[in-house]
Amino acid sequence: MKKLFSAALVMAAAFVAPAMAQTYPAKPVTMIVPFAAGGPTDIVARFVSEHMSRTLGQQIVIENVAGAGGTTGITRAAGAPADGYTIMMGHMGTHGAAPALYPGLKYDPTALIPVGIAASTPIIIVGSMKFQPKTLQEFVTFAKANPDKLNQAHAGIGSVSHSTCVMLNGQLGIKPTAVPYTGTGPALNDMISGQVDFMCDQIVNLAEQIRGGTIRAYAIASPERSPALPDVPTTKEAGLPDYQVIAWNAIFAPVGTAPEITAKLNDALRKALADEGTRTRLLNLGAVLPTASEQTQAFLGDFVKAEVARWNKALAAAK
Amino acid sequence: MTDLLANLALGFGTALSLQNLWLCFVGCMVGTLIGVLPGVGPIATIAMLLPITFGLPPTGALIMLAGIYYGAQYGGSTTAILVNIPGEATSVVTVLDGHQMAKQGRAGVALGVAAIGSFIAGCVATLFIAAIGRPLSSIAQLFGPAEYFSLMVMGLIFAVVLARGSVLKAICMILLGLLLATVGTDLVTGQERLTLGLQDLSDGVDFASMAMGIFGFAEIIKNLENPETRDVVHGVIGRLLPSKKDMQDSAWPIARGTVIGAILGILPGNGAVLGPFASYTVEKKLAKDSSRFGRGAIEGVAGPESANNAGAQTAFIPLLTLGIPPNAVMALMVGAMTIHGIVPGPQVMTKNPELFWGMVASMWVGNLMLLIINLPLVGMWVKLLKVPYRMMFPAISIFCCIGIYSINNSTSDVLFTAFFAVVGYALLKFGFEPAPMLLGFVLGKLMEEKLRQAMILSRGSFMTFVERPLSAALLVVSAIMLVIAILPAMRQKRDQVFTE
Repeated sequence: MKKLFSAALVMAAAFVAPAMAQTYPAKPVTMIVPFAAGGPTDIVARFVSEHMSRTLGQQIVIENVAGAGGTTGITRAAGAPADGYTIMMGHMGTHGAAPALYPGLKYDPTALIPVGIAASTPIIIVGSMKFQPKTLQEFVTFAKANPDKLNQAHAGIGSVSHSTCVMLNGQLGIKPTAVPYTGTGPALNDMISGQVDFMCDQIVNLAEQIRGGTIRAYAIASPERSPALPDVPTTKEAGLPDYQVIAWNAIFAPVGTAPEITAKLNDALRKALADEGTRTRLLNLGAVLPTASEQTQAFLGDFVKAEVARWNKALAAAK
Repeated sequence: MTDLLANLALGFGTALSLQNLWLCFVGCMVGTLIGVLPGVGPIATIAMLLPITFGLPPTGALIMLAGIYYGAQYGGSTTAILVNIPGEATSVVTVLDGHQMAKQGRAGVALGVAAIGSFIAGCVATLFIAAIGRPLSSIAQLFGPAEYFSLMVMGLIFAVVLARGSVLKAICMILLGLLLATVGTDLVTGQERLTLGLQDLSDGVDFASMAMGIFGFAEIIKNLENPETRDVVHGVIGRLLPSKKDMQDSAWPIARGTVIGAILGILPGNGAVLGPFASYTVEKKLAKDSSRFGRGAIEGVAGPESANNAGAQTAFIPLLTLGIPPNAVMALMVGAMTIHGIVPGPQVMTKNPELFWGMVASMWVGNLMLLIINLPLVGMWVKLLKVPYRMMFPAISIFCCIGIYSINNSTSDVLFTAFFAVVGYALLKFGFEPAPMLLGFVLGKLMEEKLRQAMILSRGSFMTFVERPLSAALLVVSAIMLVIAILPAMRQKRDQVFTE
């Protein structure tokens, strides 16, 4: 299968005008980020694209097209000409959970051309300081004993905090009352004041509040503890080993983009991830960087297929 | 007290370095410009300028970005007054009396009083942040969904008071605004509502494209009806700066507007938008002759302009003391701080004192700069009004379209504006006022969100709104205000009955 796939790739490459791919990029490249400027995905995009621009010799311009859990921006990017001058920063939601959440989705995440994983931020389960349970085990016991009392905040349907908590609830077999907010900020505000009990979200949104002692961290859903929060136990240590979720961010190109072009982009991305300055910036966010074998285009392609299947299962079970 | 002085000394030490002064100036200048350009808001600009700040030290970068934000509040009044276009929710109220003043040849006075009011409000609000920022931030924590909903109910009462003519028509417009606010994705279920299948409506109607269509473009169409009276300003342009009497009339509105705006600015979830509306309502109610409002009352410019600037400054309190952004611009500031390696949180003040106090001090410096930038510009802006309308209106239209496009990089937003221009023109013709509709729209989104959150948390019990003391108090105040608003109308009717 793999051989057939690469043979097809070679054939496709032969048909594409090689001159275009060789001179690529001849003008600035637009990277569509499907979320508002300043959010975690946007920040990751800005960090890697800054170094990628240097390798490519052309500026990568970030265009924020927010809306509908990121699907508005990806729909627009997927429909752009496949000439390599429009690429997109997709993430766990737009390229994993979206097919299960949006039945009328106008793009197929598994069909878009994978360029490479940029950085991932682990999910942390956090609770209000006014909420009784102090550890993950206490939380599970409390949640099962008081199903009617439990309030869970999330930042809107389709957000990372929504789908990751749906998966958690499914694994624990609990059904808390979900309170939707219009973003992480307002949700955090009400959790600090004790209006809501718990939520799940990316480390970058929560780390400072946890360090400041305004909210309590139960566990981090990654295989290892984060250097950014060394005191927070992993879900494995806390007794919930199956809950492994990470909000990954990865670059994709529209269907039909020439392999030479995406290979060039992948190479620029790898160089950015090897750069000490870029690495430090990303690691300071609490992000996890892909290993060398995880930086290939093929890895991302397989990964997206697995993620779509996984979220389909998790979100369908919750319905 | 000595602590405060030491902190302020640290802050001014940081803010007055040559580089930071320069960055503050650049920020204020850019802010003024984008405030003047309709549509181009601080969000689009800050997002655009983020990459440029990569190479700057964090404090300097944030001083500049903050300058853009509050600078835009200064500049925003200019287009509202001169060409009847509110770029943002906070300048809708300025349109009402500001543009009327411009039509009466008092554009300079309106712009001047807006700048001076903003300056005073900005300075006082900065002191607020420095002195009691920390304790004030706990106010944000008192406001849960129930309290917030009750506050929005109070806001709706403002909308009734805003109306000049028929109360019935005003209520219709408020309801229309509330209805428009329901367009978009349902918060709880994620289903699309009233979007006509258009993906561009999945996040609802964009405020800027609606406001610009309904006010700005509708006004242009109306002006084009009459070739003779097309020029914005008929006759002579009066004095450029406010007279002593103007300043006396504005003194109390500025003071009240500052306090109202500063308090509402601290609230989470964009409480600052209520500030100008609240200030306008208060001034109209306190005025001896409330019929002047909507016909060029200087208090109607001075109060709300001070309120929106005070709110723009105090909106930094939850961000800098708790690490929680109260609105979209502040959320972007969180991103900017994160990019610079300072993730805002409850410890920013103690961990990065030079950043916190440097920003506070720079806001004061920035306000002074804005006054110096804006007062001389008044003369220039007013001269713009002498440009023949046949040259003015194409320029305004083009700038508006570019501005609207730049908000979401979306052509459909421009088309929505065109649609709302037609709606706005029809409303004008039938004598409906758009201001209550816009307030209904702004409040509608927040109201629905908070109502549903409160109801989910109370498991469906309406009692939550009266059981919680702060919420109950807000509802009582709303009821009293409603009575005050309706009583004069009833008394008038009685008078009419007696005279017959």
